[in-house]
Amino acid sequence: MHDVAAHAAHHAPPTSFIRKYVFSLDHKVIGKQYYALALVAALVGMALSWFMRIHLAWTNAAIPGLQLLTKNGAPGGVMTPEYYLQLMTMHGTIMVFFVLTTAPFAAFGNFFLPIQVGAEDMPFPRFNMMSFWVTFTGFVVLMASFFTGDGPTLGGWTQYAPLNAVGPVGGPGQGLGVILWAASIALFCVGQLLGSLNFIPTTLDLRAKGMSLMRLPLSAWAWFITSCMGLTAFAVLMPACILVILDHVAGTSFFVASNLVMNDQLLPHSGGSTLLWQHLFWFFGHPEVYIAIVPGIGIVSHILITNMRKPMLSHRVLIYSMGALAVLSYMVYGHHMFVSGMNPFSSLAFSFPTLVITIPSTIVVLIWTFSLYGSKLRINSASLFALGFISMFVSGGVSGFFLAQPSIDIMLHATYFVVGHFHLVMGVAAMFGIFGGTYFWFPKMAGRMMDETLGKIHFWLSFVGAYCIFMPFHYLGMAGNVRRYSTFVDDFLQPLIPVHRFITVAALITGAAQLIFLYNLIHSRFWGKPAPDNPWEATSLEWSTPTPPPWDNFGGKLPVVYHDPYQYGVQSSVGDYVMQTSPEQVKKEHDEK
Amino acid sequence: MAKFFAVTIIVIAILSAIPILRHTWVAPEDISTHGALIDEQMTETMAEAGISFLAAQFILAIFIWKYSNRGPDAKIKSFPGGAKGLVIAALLVVGVEVMALGIFGVKAWANVYLTPPSADAMPIQVQAGQFAFYFRYPGPDGKFGPIHPELINEGSQNYYGLDPEHDPDSRDDIVTAEMAIPVNKEVHLLMHSKDVGHSFYVRELRVQQDFVPGLDVSLHFTATKVGKYEIVCTQLCGLGHYNMKAYLEVMSQQDFDDWIKKEAAMQ
Repeated sequence: MHDVAAHAAHHAPPTSFIRKYVFSLDHKVIGKQYYALALVAALVGMALSWFMRIHLAWTNAAIPGLQLLTKNGAPGGVMTPEYYLQLMTMHGTIMVFFVLTTAPFAAFGNFFLPIQVGAEDMPFPRFNMMSFWVTFTGFVVLMASFFTGDGPTLGGWTQYAPLNAVGPVGGPGQGLGVILWAASIALFCVGQLLGSLNFIPTTLDLRAKGMSLMRLPLSAWAWFITSCMGLTAFAVLMPACILVILDHVAGTSFFVASNLVMNDQLLPHSGGSTLLWQHLFWFFGHPEVYIAIVPGIGIVSHILITNMRKPMLSHRVLIYSMGALAVLSYMVYGHHMFVSGMNPFSSLAFSFPTLVITIPSTIVVLIWTFSLYGSKLRINSASLFALGFISMFVSGGVSGFFLAQPSIDIMLHATYFVVGHFHLVMGVAAMFGIFGGTYFWFPKMAGRMMDETLGKIHFWLSFVGAYCIFMPFHYLGMAGNVRRYSTFVDDFLQPLIPVHRFITVAALITGAAQLIFLYNLIHSRFWGKPAPDNPWEATSLEWSTPTPPPWDNFGGKLPVVYHDPYQYGVQSSVGDYVMQTSPEQVKKEHDEK
Repeated sequence: MAKFFAVTIIVIAILSAIPILRHTWVAPEDISTHGALIDEQMTETMAEAGISFLAAQFILAIFIWKYSNRGPDAKIKSFPGGAKGLVIAALLVVGVEVMALGIFGVKAWANVYLTPPSADAMPIQVQAGQFAFYFRYPGPDGKFGPIHPELINEGSQNYYGLDPEHDPDSRDDIVTAEMAIPVNKEVHLLMHSKDVGHSFYVRELRVQQDFVPGLDVSLHFTATKVGKYEIVCTQLCGLGHYNMKAYLEVMSQQDFDDWIKKEAAMQ
């Protein structure tokens, strides 16, 4: 099996431009393509959040040029309530799917998983190429909804039924907009399923000689665990999206109940279930949170170890904790539905696994933090973002204590508290993982170093800025500020508007700081200092390849692995570390417990 | 740089905690009989989450301060307790902490959802639709007439699709755009949606419950303070979602009796 799969991964070097850069079979090119897609998507998503934030703080403010994007959504640049919801839906969808899933998992995973396991490529390179192009098509379809009919759907990234299935009568974007949304997400699911189908056998079957599972770096473990989650989660969301499309075009009623009335007309549907959609969506949706964050956990661990110059207190405990997060993520999804009309006993049943999931999360944080003890921590852009990740993960995580409890959820459900919670833990923390990964791996991916000074400025503005934006969200939620409102007309929300203005200013500044990153990325790509093969004095296989790695990763000679992934704090001929591929036997400098 | 980072983390952690400790932004005063338990649960959770948050950020900051850029001669050390100690700590401290929260929280939840309304609770129906709530009182006969969805017509103000001509029970039903209830009287709220998902949220009452199209959902509560409170929709229901609201008036029994008489006369 090992040889068959290894053989399948072997393919000839590409010769034509199209085969090299467009329809490439090379996992590294596909990884970069995913990264580029995530970058474009993140810029679009961020621009949308700017528009939304300006509108929330100054409702009647005209945003110059916004009217050019939409036929009726922003007359004179002033956003209508429905256009606000449309932008909000697109912001959530773009960020969750096309940024937080593609960048840490598909982009870095594609580039580095095969190299870290010691393979020439993935076992199914054509599936891999298809995975990117199907995902890309999904993005194009989603973007198309901006410019067709009455714009994109306004139903939120969760697309609750039956608003997602009643058709144009539901409001602007609820006809063609929803169909394009569902088609886009179904395509995205296909893309990620194909990706997962490649990641799993790459990890299990294509490991180099000597690379036992426990010798895999934590980042490789994270991608492997994430691909197992992806395989089951996306396989549920894809059919759910197809059922939504059928409700629109084939006269079915999967999600629309009987006897519903809109515009004084009985809807031509009967027998569907509103809660069915919620169950299907959240059975995907909660694992999705971990699909976004587990690669970050792996990447951050990998970066921290390299910069601490010592291994984590326990390699195994971190792996088991990530595995526990993955398994529990399927058992907790009902906490999104405490007040949804689900049986109240079910709410209690979903509450306890949700509380239990804090245990592996806490273990991960404790291992990270206490591994810093006695280390020789190097401060650079990558390690700053990795440390920032821990801070954000904690801040976003503790609010989970509240939302895991049905009784408290009565007050906090659908408020800005929830928005603050998930933005910190799966938005900002995951983004910090992406940034950390970029500063860390860019030299290997592009062959050039990024500018450290710009990287640090980017970090400081992002770290302080993200707290200024998302901490106040929690306060707003505690005061009962409802989310998904385009304007705060309710009397009790008026006193909270100054807080919204503070958040908007912080969001504009923090968003602008991301342009520094963009500049650094592009400038360094072409004019950065040439990178050595192993700039961080790291141990894992990606640093044993030439920079940038050749098309077959190891120049035709598969590596042999002699060591655990993180042999730091040792005395070797090269310094305080020994690479996995080095046969040198070394003496440990510290007492390992 | 590292020391400055450590200080920044500590400053952010303290600044984040100040509005919580000073109660700068908090939920309005509770006016329900069940809300005290929810508030208590919230306070306890805040204490545990707050301590965890501050402890984690402080330890992170201290270690960054102490172990950054130590130079080539510094010795690498391992945390004396090792991973085993941390895992046991996580299981014991956090595990027990969150489980205790969960178990104590059951009571607050059960008060709202697992105990039936008392037999003499006052039934009120609420129908949600894009983008308004309508309330129905059963009238002197104590019975709600049947709903005929095909008869729903906002133009002729038949919001519930009632057919008083053929359904005697509907004849004395009172449909209103605002909700009034007597103080200290348990209300049994019977909820349904006529179109898409909506939600019923009154902060002061400590209630939030979704309307599920196709399902009858119910809720019961007792308001303890006279006053006027906002009912808002919290489930994204379409373009007018932000403006979907109604008022809840909690009145003395006498005022309520007068109000219902006046509303009945207007039907």
